[in-house]
Amino acid sequence: MIVLREVTKRFGPSVALDGVSLEVSPGATHVLLGSSGSGKSTVLRIILGLAVPDSGTATVDGVPIDARSRDRLVGRMGYVVQDGGLYPHLTARDNVALAADAPRWPRARVDARIAALAGMAGLDAATLGRYPRELSGGQRQRVSLMRALLLDPPILLLDEPLGALDPIVRAELQDQLGQLFAALAKTVVLVTHDIREAARLGHTITLMTAGRVVQTGTFADLVERPATSFVRQFLTAQTLDAPAPASR
Amino acid sequence: MRPRAARAAVVAALVSAAGLALPPPPGAAPEGVIRVGSKSFTENYILAEVVAQVVERVGEARVERRVGLGGTGLTQRALESGAIDVYPEYTGTLARVILKDPALDTEDELRARLERRGLAMSASLGFANTYALAVREEQAQRLGLRTIDDLARHPELTAAFTSGFLEREDGWPGLRSRYGIRLARVEVMEHALAYRAVASGQVDLMDVFSTDGQLERLRLRLLEDDRHFFPDYAAVLLARREMTTRYPRTWARLRQVLEGRLDASRMARLNAMADLDGRPVAEVAAAFLAGGEPAPGGGGRARALLAELGGLTRDHLVLVLISVGAAVLLGIPMGVMAARYRRAGQAELSLIAMLQTIPALALLMFMIPLFGIGKGPALVALSLYALLPVARNTYAGLTAIDPTLLEIAWVLRLGRARRLLRVELPLASIAIMAGVKTALVTTVGTATLAAFIGGGGYGTLIVRGLALDDTATILAGAAPAALMALAFHALFELLDRVVIPRGLRT
Repeated sequence: MIVLREVTKRFGPSVALDGVSLEVSPGATHVLLGSSGSGKSTVLRIILGLAVPDSGTATVDGVPIDARSRDRLVGRMGYVVQDGGLYPHLTARDNVALAADAPRWPRARVDARIAALAGMAGLDAATLGRYPRELSGGQRQRVSLMRALLLDPPILLLDEPLGALDPIVRAELQDQLGQLFAALAKTVVLVTHDIREAARLGHTITLMTAGRVVQTGTFADLVERPATSFVRQFLTAQTLDAPAPASR
Repeated sequence: MRPRAARAAVVAALVSAAGLALPPPPGAAPEGVIRVGSKSFTENYILAEVVAQVVERVGEARVERRVGLGGTGLTQRALESGAIDVYPEYTGTLARVILKDPALDTEDELRARLERRGLAMSASLGFANTYALAVREEQAQRLGLRTIDDLARHPELTAAFTSGFLEREDGWPGLRSRYGIRLARVEVMEHALAYRAVASGQVDLMDVFSTDGQLERLRLRLLEDDRHFFPDYAAVLLARREMTTRYPRTWARLRQVLEGRLDASRMARLNAMADLDGRPVAEVAAAFLAGGEPAPGGGGRARALLAELGGLTRDHLVLVLISVGAAVLLGIPMGVMAARYRRAGQAELSLIAMLQTIPALALLMFMIPLFGIGKGPALVALSLYALLPVARNTYAGLTAIDPTLLEIAWVLRLGRARRLLRVELPLASIAIMAGVKTALVTTVGTATLAAFIGGGGYGTLIVRGLALDDTATILAGAAPAALMALAFHALFELLDRVVIPRGLRT
């Protein structure tokens, strides 16, 4: 269980988070929804220990995330960023294997694990031998996800993982991610600005704006019982803007 | 590592690297070696070579030649620090430049003053290499010019003077007021050009050194300094007292062979052999010691140059590779430190940049009081000079890395060392390699200056060529240096393929 209580974070004069509280249940997918600048990525960075709250507390399974605990805690998290965050000087396989560097896994164990994950991610050995710039955007995100999953961490943190992809690849990957999260029973925090992605993947959705939480609930809660007019506006603006695919 | 510790480590690394390149401490010359120095002009080369050959013949000590040092200040410091034991000097220079007392008039006065500095001076070798004014013999006869005073009657004459002569108080300004001369036109011109201009009648008058080899060949007449304006620049040998007492037979023999044995015209002929006939200095010196002229035969210099080039290439390579190697070993860690501790890093990089603003030649000179002369100090100076491109590019490469990639390294819990080796340095490798390449190519060029402090390499030929006013010799040093720079450039295109990860190459 990941819990934030009244977390405030400033970067210079600007307030990134202003009294944010949220709870992420084990095994559930929690979506942080909002437009850019709403503070949702900062929440991820605080959970990762990359940013320290100015006030309020953040805990993982009751352990406060601080300078002493963060190194241990981050070992239980997998992290995927928008364009994959792959190292351009390493092949896809070496990028994935780099996650096993810190725990010093033996070579055979790494190979076996990569083979298993490759099957799940739908990548063949030849693709894994390529360098990131030789891969498509979708392939890069799959590699990045493999890297995040290599050590089988209980928590997955994804920051706009599909944000840089074109709509068709994106829809396809959304479905696959949904199946994967369900199958693996990971605690997932996913940041997105895309309502359909939130609707497809999120058990719980927290809508944020200007560093504050506007409403937390299921997609149905947000649609049927919007807490403020902003919630209604945010939902309708995007839905009108880009109608959901026919399959939904 | 905390910033302070990091800085201390950098300083320690610098000091120890400097220590590696350190020659044996000045003054502690290995038993049985006499180091012969010279300035970088023909006459001094020849006299030094005569000294060296005499030392060899006496056999009291081995000889080491450290010739072609760039100027009086340098030879003087080299002598006082024990980097050289003996070299040819001129009394006027001793009084004016070294002891800074132009009133010192006699050899005895000079000798007494030098004695206090632990230096020994021979008697005059027999000639003075002073400034003099020269005109064409034919014109001198026509106009009845014999003394400088005679010039006062001919205000229509023109002159070509070197810039040094035009500026020095013991040159044209003083001469003009002492003699009350007026000339129709005075131009600034290099010696070599002025000789041609006077010989072809384009100008009438030039300043020369009284032992220039060209005087006789071009049929020039020296005008007598009847008012004794020009100070006396009598040639002498200057040696460390220590050397003269430890090797008394050698010193006695040097004085016996050289004191009073060379008059101006004989010296001028020896200079002409080297300057105009292209005879190697060693041959000219041997001829003098044999008491005659060297056997005729052309092409001596070309053959000697070729024979020399192999050794010089090796010397030059050693200078470049060791100094750039040291710069890489120091510069990359310094760049890493600078990128990690930004504020201390800026100070560190500014310091290295400041080193770079020191002209290379001056930096080489600064090494002398610290490390003496020769390869050691040259290596230290060149390493310092090569440091900036390496450290700067390492810093630039590291600070340009996408911060997301560094955060991911943190999330992957890579330790500091692993992160540096597996992520940061490979990502910065393009920039680092560019810095190393810059350092290499520029050091090939800068290393030619090492010859001025006796560091060897291709610069030896450039310095000598400049002294002998011999373009072929200059080119024999400059062209291989350019080729070496090109070769390094090409080599790096290959090396890039090894060092820079494939995923980063374009």
